[in-house]
Amino acid sequence: MTTVPSPARRARKVRGDGVDLAVYEQGDPRRPTVLLMHGYPDTHAVWDEVAAELAERYHVVRYDVRGAGASSRPSGRRRYTFSYLMADLRAVLDATAPDRKVHLVGHDWGSIQGWEAACTMPDRFASFTSISGPCLDHVAHLTRRGLRRPTPRDLKRSLGQALRSWYIYFFQTPLLPETLWRAGITRLFTRALEAGEGVAPRAGHPARTLARDGAAGVGLYRANMTQRLRRPLDRRTSVPTQVIVPTRDLFVSPHLVAGLNARAPRLSLRTIDAGHWVVRSHPGVIARWIGEHITGATGGTLTPAGSRALRRARVEAGRRPFEGSLVVVTGAGSGIGRATALAFAERGAEVVAADLDLPSARRTAELAGLVGPDAHAFEVDVSDAGAMEHFAKTVLHDLGVPDVVVNNAGIGMAGPFLEHTAEDWRRVLDVNLWGVIHGSRLFGAAMAERGEGGHIVNTASAAAFTPSRTLPAYATSKAAVLMLSECLRAELKGHGIGVSAICPGIVNTNITRTSRFVGLAAEDQEQRRHRASRAYALRNFGPEGVAEQIVAAVRRDRAVVAVTPEAKVSRLISRLSPGLMRLLARLDIG
Amino acid sequence: MALARTDDAAELERFREMQRLCYRCAAEVAATLEPGVTEREACRRMRRWLLSNGVDDWLHTPFAWFGDRSAFTGFRTPAAFLPSGRRLEEGMPYILDMAPVRDGYSADIGYGGVLGENRVWERLDTDLAEYRTLILELVRRRRPFAEIYAEVDALIERQGYRNRHRKYPGRVIGHQVGIIGGILPRRVGFPFGVRFLQTLGRELVKERLEGRSPLWNGARRSQHPPTPGLWAVEPHIGFRGVGVKFEEILVVTEDDAYWLDDDLPHVHRWAARADEAAPNEKANA
Repeated sequence: MTTVPSPARRARKVRGDGVDLAVYEQGDPRRPTVLLMHGYPDTHAVWDEVAAELAERYHVVRYDVRGAGASSRPSGRRRYTFSYLMADLRAVLDATAPDRKVHLVGHDWGSIQGWEAACTMPDRFASFTSISGPCLDHVAHLTRRGLRRPTPRDLKRSLGQALRSWYIYFFQTPLLPETLWRAGITRLFTRALEAGEGVAPRAGHPARTLARDGAAGVGLYRANMTQRLRRPLDRRTSVPTQVIVPTRDLFVSPHLVAGLNARAPRLSLRTIDAGHWVVRSHPGVIARWIGEHITGATGGTLTPAGSRALRRARVEAGRRPFEGSLVVVTGAGSGIGRATALAFAERGAEVVAADLDLPSARRTAELAGLVGPDAHAFEVDVSDAGAMEHFAKTVLHDLGVPDVVVNNAGIGMAGPFLEHTAEDWRRVLDVNLWGVIHGSRLFGAAMAERGEGGHIVNTASAAAFTPSRTLPAYATSKAAVLMLSECLRAELKGHGIGVSAICPGIVNTNITRTSRFVGLAAEDQEQRRHRASRAYALRNFGPEGVAEQIVAAVRRDRAVVAVTPEAKVSRLISRLSPGLMRLLARLDIG
Repeated sequence: MALARTDDAAELERFREMQRLCYRCAAEVAATLEPGVTEREACRRMRRWLLSNGVDDWLHTPFAWFGDRSAFTGFRTPAAFLPSGRRLEEGMPYILDMAPVRDGYSADIGYGGVLGENRVWERLDTDLAEYRTLILELVRRRRPFAEIYAEVDALIERQGYRNRHRKYPGRVIGHQVGIIGGILPRRVGFPFGVRFLQTLGRELVKERLEGRSPLWNGARRSQHPPTPGLWAVEPHIGFRGVGVKFEEILVVTEDDAYWLDDDLPHVHRWAARADEAAPNEKANA
């Protein structure tokens, strides 16, 4: 690799259409050019963190849009129409990357301009990344379609966006917005940014020129919004387009991407659990996604994780819901684990099947490869901290961060408490509880660090809320798993990582044939196993049913799922009448 | 008495002929299956072919199951087994199942195939070979039928498939066949042959007296060592909407057992596949 030139910023002025534009460049100019366009009321400085990361690999160009930062401020609403903005953009491109296509990235109004640019001069761009700034023409068409077909859902979505757009109406009122900006609303804005979005002020953002930027930038709304929404044009682009959707955006509704692939056939979509100023709150993720999109669009080589991410983001007909996802399942050699691995594989996920028994894990991987992408098998004892660490390290290194982890491995144990030895307890807690702890700890940390969300599923049991004299150790371990899941869910919520606890109930798997019935001689043990197996077989609820529920829990981010009817009833009684539960617990059902 | 004499070579030859006839019918009808053909049409072709080859009665009328029906997906009532209007498409698995009688000699076969290519089917069909070896070996060791059934179940679970023969009436993996006769007319009563039902009913009673059953499943009635006679064995496995089975006659004698015929399409197919895989394995090693 060649030496990276210092990421120092080189500033210069470029003459736009009647204005001087402040242009900033970083990185080696011989490398592919990335143009970052800021929104309102920001300046180029909103991109500082992202630009610094990208400058290591790209020639990064930014400029202050007319009216903002160090660029000049034309007066009059007309000077902010798209034709002026596009002329400015062309001038910057001619000055910084005259003879090649550039990779365009826009946030907020920068993205709105980006759509205009990608649709009107597609030959100048090799890729486009849009963040929190819709194509206005698309929004207009979408709104009209929604009003023509006023189903409750369409109405709800239209209303949602209408409420989010309060500032747009406000900006149409004459003088008042400018007056407020100049009267010192900037401090309020800065504070709201920190409180609402978790974006702390730093040098350059919010800019020292915020009051002037805010006042002048109102021109963008007045010159373009009503015009485009009233008379939308039929805008389409052939540029490979990636739309990054922050799901907690207070200003742009995530639903605005509906039907977008008709306008941009080469469309990718990525969601992130973040607010509107995602380029400030998650610069690392944004820079990585921009880099991956550029590499994908130009046919470069990607890491396995990178190419999976692109597949995950791609919007196309017939795409399977977990296409491009990496799913790790422990205890995947049989029963619920195997069924879960297959259910995810069938939906397009790349599966890592881990089990204590390698041949059975291999078999699961082989079957998963039949219905989905090629899968991987690992031998791992979930109760062994060292082995789990090695396993997680290998997966993270070879395949990348998983999107879903199913901590499913578990063993059964039944019999009176007084017959359980300390070793019995250790065994059941090591596998059922520590296995889940290790899996959640190791993969959860990697998910949080990656910052792109994810999901952890822990297989608990209906025994978690069903006390019973016959299952003291097992039920205790599963109750701990349930509580662990709930605590973890609260903690990881902020990272966009969901946690679900699955409580299956009586499911016909081989757990009954491998369970330990304490305090019994070998042949009685066998007989008990046989009896339990028969009872479970008669109940006849297959692991496939549980697997479907696990997939659904991930998709809908459900906290606790009781699967079988008896598990549901038990959960209900445990809430309505714990006394009845205690009574039932005395039954010896072994 | 058994339904057939396993020590009479001439008689066994008649059964072998009958089984070959069935497999010839299956292969010829399978070759005519094209996209768009329905299960009913396929059954009609089998029935015509067999009738024109001297068949005069049925254990049951021919069955055909296409697509996910080959794995009995969504089968809740016995009527679901009957041929439907499901049309065959490219890449779809199918199963043809027939049990004709000619001059009293019967056979019962299952023939699995796929129209075009289907990776899942290839895998299942390859794995199905193991059941033929396993069942024969366990019968030779004279393990009780119910235990063999459980061993088959365990293999299905290891392989990650689902037991589909449990959907058959009586959850059977096999049943006795033999010479079908009787005074009742040669008619078919939805979809079993009347004379077959008569024979089966008689055998159920007779065998019951000896603590055995002409039906082979995993229940207590099958908790007995293999009964000498001819057994149509039909392991049927399924995975994600793809089902495969084979069905052929196993000859059980007092102290041994063997497949009536090894010159069968699925046996040849498995052997060819094993030959194909073997050089690759060597290359990998």
